[in-house]
Amino acid sequence: MKRTAGSWRGRTGSALVVALALGLMTTACSDDEAGDGKVKISVSNLPPKTEQATRDAFLARVAEFEKANPDIDIEPNEYEWDPTTFAAQLAGRTLPTTVMFPFTDGQALIERGQLADITSEVEALPYAGDFNPEVLQVVQDDDEKIYGVPVEAYGIGLSYNRALFEEAGLDPDAPPTTWEQVREYSDTIAEETGKAGYAQMSQNNTGGWMLTTLTYALGGRIQEGSGDDAKATIDNPETKRVLELLHDMRWEDDSMGKNQLFEWGTINQAFAAGQIGMYMSGSDVYNSLVTENSIDSTTYGLTVLPLDGADAGVLGGGSIVGVRPDATPAEREAAVKWIDFYYLGKLTDEQAATADAEALAKTKAPVGTPKLPIFDAEQLAEADAWVEKFVNVPEAQMASFKEGILAQPLVPEPAVKAQETYAVLDAVVQKVLTDENADIDELLSEANDNVDALLGG
Amino acid sequence: MTAVTRWLRGEGPSTLLLLLPLLLVFGLFAWFPIGRAAVMSLQETNLVTEPTWVGLDNFELVLGDPLFWTSVKNTAYFTGLALLFGYPLPLLLALVMSELRRTKGLFSVLAYLPVVVPPVVTVLLWRFFYDARAEGVFNTILGWAGLGPFSWIQDATTAMPSLVLQATWANAGGTVLIYLAAMAGHRADLYDAADVDGAGILRKVWHVTLPQMRNILLITLILQVIATFQVFTEPYLMTGGGPGNSTTTVLLQIYNYAYRSGEYGASTALSVLLAAFLGVMSGLFFWATRAWSTS
Repeated sequence: MKRTAGSWRGRTGSALVVALALGLMTTACSDDEAGDGKVKISVSNLPPKTEQATRDAFLARVAEFEKANPDIDIEPNEYEWDPTTFAAQLAGRTLPTTVMFPFTDGQALIERGQLADITSEVEALPYAGDFNPEVLQVVQDDDEKIYGVPVEAYGIGLSYNRALFEEAGLDPDAPPTTWEQVREYSDTIAEETGKAGYAQMSQNNTGGWMLTTLTYALGGRIQEGSGDDAKATIDNPETKRVLELLHDMRWEDDSMGKNQLFEWGTINQAFAAGQIGMYMSGSDVYNSLVTENSIDSTTYGLTVLPLDGADAGVLGGGSIVGVRPDATPAEREAAVKWIDFYYLGKLTDEQAATADAEALAKTKAPVGTPKLPIFDAEQLAEADAWVEKFVNVPEAQMASFKEGILAQPLVPEPAVKAQETYAVLDAVVQKVLTDENADIDELLSEANDNVDALLGG
Repeated sequence: MTAVTRWLRGEGPSTLLLLLPLLLVFGLFAWFPIGRAAVMSLQETNLVTEPTWVGLDNFELVLGDPLFWTSVKNTAYFTGLALLFGYPLPLLLALVMSELRRTKGLFSVLAYLPVVVPPVVTVLLWRFFYDARAEGVFNTILGWAGLGPFSWIQDATTAMPSLVLQATWANAGGTVLIYLAAMAGHRADLYDAADVDGAGILRKVWHVTLPQMRNILLITLILQVIATFQVFTEPYLMTGGGPGNSTTTVLLQIYNYAYRSGEYGASTALSVLLAAFLGVMSGLFFWATRAWSTS
């Protein structure tokens, strides 16, 4: 049971400490004014060499930007968001000046002071006042200062396997529209096909993320107030109803399969492999299912989550581009110019939008996955129309989502300590899905106290 | 001649020169980070701006976290199970293999093979084997004997034993080889004498083999306790600490503080607590067994 002196495990603790501490030790040259008087910044998400067409398109945009802004020197970097290395790279000054990360992490990075305040730079943009306010608030603090630019938004949807629907005798063009139907369809799929009719993520904070989504869909909320006044409201009737529904699907109907410890990557893998009938995820999950899991596109279906209750809404997500907190004013200005040019240009400039879509289509990357408006629905429709000829996703199979999502109110994630709250809720979801006798009232009360302690801490 | 002069004229400088690379490497990659982590445990930092001193706040946060005692209990449970099943197994295997003549080499290779496979690969493989469906690998095999299907890592009661089973399989081989090497150096005349006295295999093991292995058994025991108290890869990759925090260990908590919550101070505070506990425990252990180890 051991590897004695050479044990890798015996050294894991030291390795973690080393990783933390080395982050502080490492130094490197920062992006700064280059010797030629130019402002030099590095930008993330340069596509790797394996995706040559999109890489070329990215580099072409860089050249175009530098031509339009001769005083700015761009250094493209393949960095992609990784929460486990972010802090060490930031401390070691190897993080690019601009970084793209998901909505979920925005508030935590703002709270920890790991993003630059770019309010004045963003407010100087011609369309600054046009941002969808529900989307913009994910990059704002309590004083409405802006710490990033939202560049993509999605809503959580219900992905389903059309082939399993057919095999179970269900109409794949008529996905469920109520939670009762979701339960009924899940039961039918499990019974007729032997696969999990419905599955839900439960690990690495995704359990809390999905429990929050379901609570919103039934009109509940898990947090109220903001800043230091934030309070947990996890012990509410809607969350209880959600957990009872999950419990009954898992234990009474036995329609959720036997494996319950899913996270984002593993549930996508199981779904693409035809092991799952329905599951909730971002409406853009199809991109990953294609590029990482090689899903058979004919089997994919996407619909909106059923909403039930006066305050019911859909939890939104998306991508934000932020700037390193130690960037100089000149670097911040150059970074926001780049974000405007490269990311928002795809939404506001026809030529940029078509060039991007063409490059994606060339590498067989999905084009046309449903998104939510960063600005407004009309503007999104216009941008969608520009790239219509490059669309390669099965749009008809996602039609019910596209038609329904704009009518659903978008609700942002909990404003304070969202990830920590999700971590506490993971255990609640896992308990309900793995223990038939789980006491839901006790779990909710305990989770509420624990999250309240976190928020007050 | 002063002591310094004697040192300079003697082997002192060459010894220091030979030691220097080791001191540098250890200093830079082990002692400095450990010292730095101890300092960080008293600070609040976002790794960008100047850290602020917060006294013992991080320790208060860690000790007040409801998951602290859960993780301590889970870690102690893992260590206990690993000692119960994982500690005797390599010794037993080594004893059996030492009796083999022609196939000892083959069995040594087979025993060591799991150690050669990268831990991440073995853990992910076992996660696949632990599929809770009836068609899962282990459930299929056990199904042939009319057993199961079992929930394995999908149930809070069986999750931790499942992790221990995998860890035992993955790590026993290294210790088997150490025991075999130790046995090769045993005095043959003692075995001959035992034979003459008519001792059977069990009596020879008890009266001849084990007494000669006391030191190595003591070392492997303390190393195993230290290693299992730092269990991380198995729960991190196989269960993520679930279901319902039933496999959340101290090291997983350390990781979660640093890399999920960005609480670097809390992370290092818990690391310091763990290191102090293991240090004290190792000291006590050696003190309590000093008679055994030196006899």
